[in-house]
Amino acid sequence: MPLTGGRGDPVTVMELDIVALSRLQFAITALYHFLFVPLTLGLSVLLAIMETVYVMTGRVIWRQMTKFWGTLFGINFALGVATGIVMEFQFGMNWSYYSHYVGDIFGAPLAIEGLMAFFLEATFVGLFFFGWDKLSKVGHLAATWAVAAGSNFSALWILIANGWMQNPVGSAFNPQTMRMEVVDFYEVLFNPVAQAKFVHTVSAGYVTASIFVLGVSAWYALKGRHIEIAKRSMTVAASFGLASALSVVVLGDESGYLSGEHQKMKLAAIEAMWETEPAPAAFTVFGIPDTEARETHYAVRVPWVMGLIGTRSLTTEIPGIKELVDRARANIRSGLLAYDALQRIREAGSTTAVGQEVRDAFETNGGDLGYALLLKRYVDDPRQATDEQIEKAAWDTVPNVPTLFWSFRIMVGLGMFFILLTATFFILSIRRKIDAYPFLLRIAVFAIPLPWIAAELGWVVAESGRQPWTIEGILPTAAAVSNLGAASLLITIGGFVVIYTTLFIVEMGLMLKAIRKGPEPDFEPEAKLISPNIVPAE
Amino acid sequence: MILHQFIDYETLRVIWWLLIGVLLIGFAITDGFDLGTGTLLPFVAKTDMERRIVINTIGPVWEGNQVWLIVAGGAIFAAWPPLYAVSFSGFYLAMFIILASLILRPVGFKYRSKRDSDTWRAAWDCALFIGGFVPALIFGVAMGNVLQGVPFRFNNDLRIFYEGSFFGLLNPFALLCGLISVAMLVMHGGAWLALKTSGPVADRARRYGGIAALITIILFGLAGLWVWAGFGGYRITSPIDPTGASNPLMKTVVEESGAWFANYGSYPVLLLAPLFGFIGAAGAFIGLRARWEIATILSSALSIFGIISTVGVSMFPFILPSSLDPRSSLTVWDASSSHLTLFIMLVVTVIFIPLIVAYTSWVYHVLWGKVDEDTINDESGHAY
Repeated sequence: MPLTGGRGDPVTVMELDIVALSRLQFAITALYHFLFVPLTLGLSVLLAIMETVYVMTGRVIWRQMTKFWGTLFGINFALGVATGIVMEFQFGMNWSYYSHYVGDIFGAPLAIEGLMAFFLEATFVGLFFFGWDKLSKVGHLAATWAVAAGSNFSALWILIANGWMQNPVGSAFNPQTMRMEVVDFYEVLFNPVAQAKFVHTVSAGYVTASIFVLGVSAWYALKGRHIEIAKRSMTVAASFGLASALSVVVLGDESGYLSGEHQKMKLAAIEAMWETEPAPAAFTVFGIPDTEARETHYAVRVPWVMGLIGTRSLTTEIPGIKELVDRARANIRSGLLAYDALQRIREAGSTTAVGQEVRDAFETNGGDLGYALLLKRYVDDPRQATDEQIEKAAWDTVPNVPTLFWSFRIMVGLGMFFILLTATFFILSIRRKIDAYPFLLRIAVFAIPLPWIAAELGWVVAESGRQPWTIEGILPTAAAVSNLGAASLLITIGGFVVIYTTLFIVEMGLMLKAIRKGPEPDFEPEAKLISPNIVPAE
Repeated sequence: MILHQFIDYETLRVIWWLLIGVLLIGFAITDGFDLGTGTLLPFVAKTDMERRIVINTIGPVWEGNQVWLIVAGGAIFAAWPPLYAVSFSGFYLAMFIILASLILRPVGFKYRSKRDSDTWRAAWDCALFIGGFVPALIFGVAMGNVLQGVPFRFNNDLRIFYEGSFFGLLNPFALLCGLISVAMLVMHGGAWLALKTSGPVADRARRYGGIAALITIILFGLAGLWVWAGFGGYRITSPIDPTGASNPLMKTVVEESGAWFANYGSYPVLLLAPLFGFIGAAGAFIGLRARWEIATILSSALSIFGIISTVGVSMFPFILPSSLDPRSSLTVWDASSSHLTLFIMLVVTVIFIPLIVAYTSWVYHVLWGKVDEDTINDESGHAY
């Protein structure tokens, strides 16, 4: 995979800029998209819960709540759809070698996401808004649940795809087609990394929606408007939010444990742990990671905690960054043997046309082939690499330590705060004092943007921690890009930023307008109860 | 897994060629009337109420319809990874323009009527027109380029090099195909509005839809003559192994005039595809005149089916020929996913497509009926 340019130029600095620009574009479009996704995930479930209460009790206020939060859901959903269209196509646009190299595995969950989730979500969201007068109560409730199920299924499939990028199981390299191919789809589906990420991510979405509903309702409570709706909304949001916030942390911990198994470098970088420490390792609460000196200054450390999180044992060591770089160096050397064997196989035309020793060399070292590709940044034929270039490539396997260190700590700190906030309001709701303390209500209002910060930082930890790989240990990011000109990339980056930012401002304006306006009065007759025995409590 | 051995690789490849056709035609028929309606918006609806009526005919359904495109993208990625990689990176700026236009639609529908300001609404009307017209045009332009061959090649690592420019895509034949696409979808949008609206909006929709149907017939015929007289197709000259590895570089290909007509010689039944293209459009024209609303939209769907199928069967087994290095061309036999992936995806598709068709039909059934001023006012707060 020589990184030669579109018109046959050798590797130049420009080419590496293409990698940086392609990454920038993906980060911008993904982070923008992820501004809208968590709220959709969580609010769809909250809408379904509210409407279920309405259908079971027949009390109109719950229908009014469903419609009001549904209006806000719709404004947000439109931008989620708009920014999502780009996601489906940009792998092919900007990451064409990636698409060729892993499409056999990565494409499948993406397509299944469309078939199983997007159709469900997008078809029934129309009925959610337009079907109030056209469907029976239960029929409309079913449509709402279908929207919630659809958005949550879509998270499942995209995280199966993403989980495979972090932990590429169930696949093998095929020298004839020069790409990775599926060997065991079951392993791809039940990838433990994907499962942990799925629950962590949807729970984070539920927290986002809960804090949003809590904060907006707290604002109404402070203003003395729509009190009945605000109190009920806060009760639902606090209990649902507390359960979800606990789940986020538990599954976040599971993710941490799994990175300890599958992505040791990511874990070491998050901890800025340069040296391997005797087990159980300490957790660094605060410190200034220094990538030049390769040490962490002013570290404040809590003994044992890291070892327990990362290995769930007191005796297993967690390797530090320097030790992992040593391992990467060995992987590169073995990757070079695989690369050499692959070239011989391809010159000969097939695996059967080469000698047994070449086949053996490929079999033994094939798993490290990706490490040889790390050298493509420095040399066209990795076999010609000097020791110095190998050394550089080995250090390239260290992601950006300060980014990870800080993103992770802010995310975790916010996660703890969400537990505290939702727990406080949960207790208040049990004591029927949910709107009694203006001070707490004010905190809830100011907390509204925080889940978004936590969610975006979570994405940064997961994906920037995967660098320099697009597929961990298989395909380096620098080799995955399309051969595009810098001009094309700049046009599209500029275009997306302008369009997205304009729409985002419009969206915020409409959100605030709808919030200020508040719920519509609902004069339609109370719906019939499912059973005459269920009597409203008040 | 050994189950996948029950269906051989060759059959799976043909099935997936057909399924991508189904998804693209599904997109063109369902989201097609949305795109056509968006294009017609400024012409058939003059007052704000008329515009809201037009927008609300597609308001509840366009979102589901657009998923056909998203799923076609995902399915091409899963089943034909090289096609996904070459076409989207090659047509890079064209794809950007399509995406940028499509982005305007969800927000346009949702946000337009949320403010009571003429400039606000006029701006979103303009966005909805762009979101309908531009993708319709560029999808057709892309088809036109595919038929002529696209300037890309692979190196030995199967890294893709595209050596064309954006303005190279806008050649006369491709623009003709773009116009066919616009005319065809405007005909379809006209048929939809004739079905879903009444009064002056429906009258205008019938008029413009009828004109578009005639233009579709004329331009589609013209494009056929152009392919016949103007340029050649491509033909594989090396022995074909339909179960071979998906590596496009293992064959030889020549450019040859008349190659895009060869399949019709071998299988005359394929002539039904272009025939449907003409008959459907003619049927839509007559149906719009005679006010046979359901027959009209079915005819117009038949025409879309025929026109898109014509492109597919003319080129088979080619799916993306390369004008720069013909042996790099992608064909059904060397550009697919692995045997196992094609099988798994087929199982998933066989389960979900009937479900999707069932619940989509149910939703259309629930929403059946004309949209008029009363509908908009009744649903105040919910209608767009």
